[in-house]
Amino acid sequence: MTDLKNLLGRLSDAFGPSGREAAVRSLIKAEVEALVDRLEVDAMGNLITFKAGTGPEPRLKVMLSAHMDEVGFMITDVDKGGMLKFATVGGIDSRLLLAKRVLVSGDRVPGVITGPVPHLQTAESARRVLEVDDLGIDIGAGDEKAANGKVKPGDYGVFATKFLVLSEDPAWPTVRGKAFDDRAGCAALVGLLAERYPVDLYGVFTVQEEVGLRGARVAAYRVEPDAAIALEGTICDDLPQPPDEDASQVTRLGDGPALSLMDHALVSHPGLLRLLQDTAEAEGIRIQYKAPMLGSTDSGAIHLTRAGVPAITAAIPCRYIHGPAAILNLNDLENTVRLVGTVLRRIEQRHLTRGA
Amino acid sequence: MDKTGIEQMLRKLTEADGPSGAEDAVAAVVRSLAQEYASEVRTDALGSIIARRRGAETPPGRIMLAAHMDEIGLIVTKVEAGFLHVAAVGGVDPRSVLGQEVTVYPSGPGAEHHPLGLPGYIGSRPPHMLSAGEREQVIPLRALRIDLGLPAAFFAGGVVRVGDRVAIRGPYTELLGGRVATKALDNRASLAAMLGALGYLAGMRHTWDVYAVATVQEEIGLRGAITSAFGLAPDLAIAIDVTFGATSGVNSGKTVAMDKGPAIGWGPNLHPGVVKRLREVADALEIPNVTEPLPGPSGTDAWAVQVTREGIPTGLLSIPIRYMHTAVETVVLADIDRTARLLAAFICRLDDAFLGSLAEEV
Repeated sequence: MTDLKNLLGRLSDAFGPSGREAAVRSLIKAEVEALVDRLEVDAMGNLITFKAGTGPEPRLKVMLSAHMDEVGFMITDVDKGGMLKFATVGGIDSRLLLAKRVLVSGDRVPGVITGPVPHLQTAESARRVLEVDDLGIDIGAGDEKAANGKVKPGDYGVFATKFLVLSEDPAWPTVRGKAFDDRAGCAALVGLLAERYPVDLYGVFTVQEEVGLRGARVAAYRVEPDAAIALEGTICDDLPQPPDEDASQVTRLGDGPALSLMDHALVSHPGLLRLLQDTAEAEGIRIQYKAPMLGSTDSGAIHLTRAGVPAITAAIPCRYIHGPAAILNLNDLENTVRLVGTVLRRIEQRHLTRGA
Repeated sequence: MDKTGIEQMLRKLTEADGPSGAEDAVAAVVRSLAQEYASEVRTDALGSIIARRRGAETPPGRIMLAAHMDEIGLIVTKVEAGFLHVAAVGGVDPRSVLGQEVTVYPSGPGAEHHPLGLPGYIGSRPPHMLSAGEREQVIPLRALRIDLGLPAAFFAGGVVRVGDRVAIRGPYTELLGGRVATKALDNRASLAAMLGALGYLAGMRHTWDVYAVATVQEEIGLRGAITSAFGLAPDLAIAIDVTFGATSGVNSGKTVAMDKGPAIGWGPNLHPGVVKRLREVADALEIPNVTEPLPGPSGTDAWAVQVTREGIPTGLLSIPIRYMHTAVETVVLADIDRTARLLAAFICRLDDAFLGSLAEEV
């Protein structure tokens, strides 16, 4: 079994905002090279791996996908005082940005996100939400010239969060780090590639999910799969809420892989959903359902590829995604690998046929 | 002592935690650093550390240096299903602690297994879950929760209790241009300068007795300075604190320049004769310095010390930092060294006549 904790830690610490996934890709490539029959990188940067099946021909072609990109920043300007102006890459709540550490550009220049100091503001503005335009990144450059030597507009940035183990309790092994959306899915996919299955397996590490599911779309076109499962780090909102609040927690940490029923981009394929449900029951794996109509994942793009692909998403709940750090339970990750691995051994054409 | 020595001290001082009223960890670091250069180190009733360097056999005067060692932080107000509710200790901007890593110091049964505290995170609900209206509101501290990521069973024995202290985590991060970003530069930058001054004095001759005081509870009301100044009853005092460093987009009238040396405070809180001498010494040694106009309360220990007992002539040196009271306070290291050197030189030049000369300047 792959050491998923260690792998997730290295993936989490890697630099890979949407459009600049190269460092994550190299890390994954080195991990999976010896596990797969062949791999290639397509025009957009997707890493497409192939592992032939052991079943009799014709074999089903199954695509598993996990996106390598993470939410981050792009430098848009450097002002006279050497302060970097920036925009977000992907969806980040601007309220999370103040006073966070970041790494900027290919050289991973350390910087801090800063904004107005409340003591120097009027009481009214000190209570106001800070927008991205109110903030800057300080890398210690005294002026524009000093900054330009290190960073230029167009350079990317990510949160500088370091991976950390929070609990080693086998019943509740939790970790914290950035970019679990979707490095958790990447770790699961690497774990799954350690085995060989009856089906022909395409393990695809995609780019640009956070800016519109763009990598998965072209990768699925190339692979032309019979079925697809996206592996995701998904929303988890399971903190105690005041009684009058909306009670939906989306998913709960530690309650197992979360299956999508319907989100903003996909109605899960009923046959695949049934297969995952039955497999979980047969294997004694606890599963949960992600609350409907929240978010979207690569399977949304994949299922609309060519003439249509049966697709579903299996996800690992992660608290606080799209921020500086998230928390997940490694049991959810391990069980996602177990569940999807078993599905790959059980899946047949009949699961994919409609109206049978 | 040199700039590198001061930087090493700053690193140690910022790595220790010490929210107001629970300064023990940083106090231990201060004690061990001060012991190198002091003849005597003691702790007063409120927890302030007083390090004494002897001057001449019959010292003509006694000077107090005051730099507070506490930092802003949080305090646990409720433990709910393993998630911690908190309130602010000192001036915490709720906007700066969302998405913030923290260290929780438990005090209940079993706390001895966590001497380094527990890593916590103040998360926020994912953007997917929020309405546009919600995103336009600052989340108040009372609505924030610390997540330790630990199982419910961990909390069953009451290891984390109401009243437990929480420190903001902000590791020492080296930026370009000899600048460093870390939490608690307010006021560890000044502690490093004060201890650095003791280090410089170890290689110099001074006749006055020096009492370097690392005060407690400044952020919640200058309290350590009130009692330590009374206890010492010094003839003269210099407080060292941080001030607002010039930052892009911030009114320059409310900040002082970065990398231009310490700011010498000027205003009703500071004795004109002390200010005059600080400037003279700085100029004589070509130590860059700027003036910080302070028309009213300085917001520093100097404010409390000045009105102790019958009144104490007081000065203030301020080190400019950016982003005060956040996990990314930023300083120019050279400014700390310049402050240390100015303090040491000022002390060396104190003589029998200085106190008498002050009367003319009021």
